[in-house]
Amino acid sequence: MSSSVSSPDKPRTVTGKVFALSDRAIAWLFISPTILLLLAINIFPLVWTIYLSFTNYRANQPGRAIRWVGTRNYERLLGNEDIWGYLQATAHFVLWTMLLQVVIGFGLALLINRNFKGASFWTTVILIPMMLSPAVVGVFWTYIYQPQTGIFSYIVNFFADVGPLDMIGSVDLAPWSIIIVDTWMWTPYIMLLCLAGLRSIPDYLYEAAEIDRANAWQKFFYITLPRVMPFLMLAVLFRGIENFKMFDMVVELTSGGPGSTTEVASINLKREAFEKWRTGYSSAFAIILFVTVFGLSNIYVKALNKVKQ
Amino acid sequence: MTAAPDKAFSVGTVSARSKLIAAILVTAYALVAVIPLVWILATGFKSPPDSISYPPKVLFQPTLEGYVNLFTSRTRQTPEYIKSLGPPKTWYDELARKRNMVISGPSRFKDRYLNSVIIGFGSTFLAVFLGTLAAYGFSRFKVPLKDDLLFFILSTRMMPPIAVAIPIFLMYREIGLSDTALGMILLYTAVNVSLSVWLLKGFVDEIPKEYEEAALVDGYSRLQAFVKTVLPQMRSGIAATSIFCLIFAWNEYAFALLLTSGQAQTAPPFIPTIIGEGGLDWPAVGAGTTLFLLPIVIFTVLLRNQLLRGITFGAVRK
Repeated sequence: MSSSVSSPDKPRTVTGKVFALSDRAIAWLFISPTILLLLAINIFPLVWTIYLSFTNYRANQPGRAIRWVGTRNYERLLGNEDIWGYLQATAHFVLWTMLLQVVIGFGLALLINRNFKGASFWTTVILIPMMLSPAVVGVFWTYIYQPQTGIFSYIVNFFADVGPLDMIGSVDLAPWSIIIVDTWMWTPYIMLLCLAGLRSIPDYLYEAAEIDRANAWQKFFYITLPRVMPFLMLAVLFRGIENFKMFDMVVELTSGGPGSTTEVASINLKREAFEKWRTGYSSAFAIILFVTVFGLSNIYVKALNKVKQ
Repeated sequence: MTAAPDKAFSVGTVSARSKLIAAILVTAYALVAVIPLVWILATGFKSPPDSISYPPKVLFQPTLEGYVNLFTSRTRQTPEYIKSLGPPKTWYDELARKRNMVISGPSRFKDRYLNSVIIGFGSTFLAVFLGTLAAYGFSRFKVPLKDDLLFFILSTRMMPPIAVAIPIFLMYREIGLSDTALGMILLYTAVNVSLSVWLLKGFVDEIPKEYEEAALVDGYSRLQAFVKTVLPQMRSGIAATSIFCLIFAWNEYAFALLLTSGQAQTAPPFIPTIIGEGGLDWPAVGAGTTLFLLPIVIFTVLLRNQLLRGITFGAVRK
């Protein structure tokens, strides 16, 4: 769009004159409010967090003088064995949820793509959980998970006599309690993206394969999978980032317990920042998490672009 | 990554038998997935003893006790005292008195719900307003560093909310926005504007430039051309974007939990506290959850064809 489009026509009416701004002026007028808002509410706080991460500031003692402590917060964090435990809990959660959701989601997408009668109705039903509030979902799953009276334990016992299942209270089961809920909630997301991938494959590819007498497996591995891969990887990127930051659902389900079995990174960050009020230290932790998410997603996007080619 | 139109199904011929198997498996998954939702809906209509009976009750005598408990605060009284009050005036008084309770006033649920509505609609309006302008700017004009700016807008979403909450907490405390609806509206607008710009830019890109060019030739200014030709065609895109922004603001929990308390608290951080108020009052939790989730379920059904676009920031269009 060059300026030659707007220059020849002179405004003919009075209102035309009032509205006659140059394209350049309009572009900046339209874009700058958004940029300013993001600078004020995202970038300024980020810079402030970076500054605080080098200090010993405590938000519950605003009167106290802020002292510069150099990289001490970062040294403490990286030397703290518990932090590695929290990151491990996070990685365990991210890896299992992604694996389960990719397998189930892709499988469902393949089935739905057979386009049976009623497919679109059931697809809509399946999609509902992912639109709900994760915190509220966490609350009502605690009810479903009640060991003595909950319906989850009841259904499991209906098929296998294992006694009351304390999903949230037991050290072995608690990580799985959040993995199950997350899988229930977000499998539809992976499914929807795989479905978009499947529907982008033109029919003639399969017809050509048929002429070449390819069997079903060959068709899947040489046509379906490569075509769906970019969509699948995009879905895993989005969900992976979200699950790395996971907070809401875990707070309401297990709040990090029992002990610190499900203490994922965000939960620990909240504890340090808003319960122990170690603002400087938790700012350093926040920066480390941000850099990790940013770095991982950049590597992932590069891999994604390679797959696309 | 633009997908082919809906009709282009990739599987040419599917046998009736494999269609049947697919139908059975998908239906089975959907039915299992919907159990938790049906269960919470049913719990809202159970009596407290029914809600904690074992085995779990599928058939039960429905009651509105959960809803009454959700909207009122009650005090426990002796049967003698309750008798001395005379006959109950309303049906909900009667329900409460059956459990030796007297209604002492409304609960805070209504206020929290109203806060969710105000903050949700306020931030959605602002985010979509700013997003529409920015999307048009990015779509139609040569903006220096355009790709970098767009990536910058998206990257503001990568911060963990707790990490953002630390400096926002300090900043709001300094300028007096702590625990105010205005503070929450501004914060949610900032989070949503990234989604709104990316989604709406996709919608503007799809509108042919020829319409505006024709208007420009007719003597309209650029701004008039935007208002008269582009904006009307963006209507459905703006509607879909608004619903996605509204859903985010409605569901948001971390910021609301950390930055609000008495005044501006929204429903998500409030609902968990219902459990504590009446000592494991699951029917009230079920009632609150139902009322909170119902609008979202309706929006999801309305939006089902735009969903893909919304959840991928416009990266995948159907």
